[in-house]
Amino acid sequence: MASIKMRAKITDGVTTVKVLISHPMDTGLQKDKKTGKKIPAHFIQEVVCKHKDTTVITANWGGAISKNPYLSFKFSGAAAGDMLNISWVDNQGEKDSTEAAIK
Amino acid sequence: MTSMKRRIFLKGSLATGAVGMAVSTGLLTPRDSLAAWSKTAFEATDVNGSVAALFGSSNMDQSDKIKIKAPDIAENGAVVPVSVTTSIDGVSSISIFADKNATPLTADFQLGPGTEGYVSTRIKMGKTANVVAVVKAGDKLYSSSKEVKVTIGGCGG
Repeated sequence: MASIKMRAKITDGVTTVKVLISHPMDTGLQKDKKTGKKIPAHFIQEVVCKHKDTTVITANWGGAISKNPYLSFKFSGAAAGDMLNISWVDNQGEKDSTEAAIK
Repeated sequence: MTSMKRRIFLKGSLATGAVGMAVSTGLLTPRDSLAAWSKTAFEATDVNGSVAALFGSSNMDQSDKIKIKAPDIAENGAVVPVSVTTSIDGVSSISIFADKNATPLTADFQLGPGTEGYVSTRIKMGKTANVVAVVKAGDKLYSSSKEVKVTIGGCGG
């Protein structure tokens, strides 16, 4: 399941990373319009991005992050061609990860 | 006699069924393995309570070194782009709150040593509210806020 799109670009020693994940991000408060039943909470809780063995960023998310989440951040200390690893875990135990090279 | 046995068998299978249910629901609850994910902070109903649950203290200094980039008017509260940039040194975490949401904490970012004081994401907002960014640097907390008007009609009010 390829749910993650990641782009990482280095300029003047600073790497800018942009991540797009496809995920419903249900808060658990919304009702299904057809059945009237609540849609159970289903959202990403943790996103971890690693460069080599260093954790660049750990994002702890709640249900108030928009559907199909977008995340962007910047860090220094990487070189072009290095691999970045990103993974997420949601509140129902689903997970995914991917790798991308810094351009 | 045969019907009695059948009764017992049914009772037995029902009991194991219940145990099975309990086990599976136990497995479905959010796992404790995510130590960093603070349930108390994400379920707190006000910003100060949530900050206290995250950092153990809610003493924050207002800082003009934190810049929040968000629209003045958001036509769709389900997708509000928010960027937080800070020039404070030694930033270890950035948290984003929408103070009128039922649970204000939207996201908490723990930054690594080489990571700059910048994050950008998209959040949901129930109604017009202040977007509050709380930055932790060293042992101190700094905050800044920006009002975002949410129009529900979608006419661009």
